[in-house]
Amino acid sequence: METIKRKKRKAFVDENFCVACGCCAKVCPMSAIHVPNGIMAKVDLQKCVGCGKCAKECPASVIAIQEVENEKEMV
Amino acid sequence: MKKKWYDYLWVVSLTYLILGFFNILFAWLGLFCFFIPLIISLVNGNKGYCNRYCGRGQLFGLLGGSFGLSRKKDIPMWMKSKWFRYGFLTFFLVMFLQMLWNTYLVFTDVRSLKQVVTLLWTFKLPWHWAYHGTLFHPGVAQFAFGFYSVMLTSTVLGLITMALFKPRSWCVYCPMGTMTQLICKAHPHRKS
Repeated sequence: METIKRKKRKAFVDENFCVACGCCAKVCPMSAIHVPNGIMAKVDLQKCVGCGKCAKECPASVIAIQEVENEKEMV
Repeated sequence: MKKKWYDYLWVVSLTYLILGFFNILFAWLGLFCFFIPLIISLVNGNKGYCNRYCGRGQLFGLLGGSFGLSRKKDIPMWMKSKWFRYGFLTFFLVMFLQMLWNTYLVFTDVRSLKQVVTLLWTFKLPWHWAYHGTLFHPGVAQFAFGFYSVMLTSTVLGLITMALFKPRSWCVYCPMGTMTQLICKAHPHRKS
């Protein structure tokens, strides 16, 4: 039987429009988002499971859930 | 996720707004909302206040989220543009300076105390019931009326955008948020 491997989904923040409010970090079940320098949110792609809670919560709607081809893209 | 003590700061924000209906002098307490974010951003170089302690943001999150008072639609592009955010910050600061000037005029007895709350910088609402005299100069009360006007105006704007867009849409153009983000960008300990 052939198994279909689904591509992984990850959250990506539009750095130009992020206001660093931290709403995304609050709802992330994996604690994969932080706002380390008060400028923009950073996603730890190793921890992110692409659930989309952050994208839904973001008041500026600047987080997109995108498929990634391979682990190399996640750097 | 287990809630922390600072997840309940919305109670403080709500209490502040309610107290202003009974005694306008409580408006002075709002200065904490101005100084704490600035101190955190200047000292730590982050937006810890927005990220954790902002009771107003929590209040909008609660009303728009749990209470379902938000359409949860995307905020328009122009509202998250730098032009609008910095423009609104500038406008807000100019209006704040004007409020300080009016307070100064009362302190110097050039103008008498006006017991009104100005909503959206335009509508003058009678608020005399919340003034019971002061032990100090009437200028102290004038600042309270002016400051409460600022706080009530921003709350009303936040509620409007909460209803129209996402619950915490106010955070996108909040002048304190924009200002602390600018401070963080210029902070010497900025992490790359």
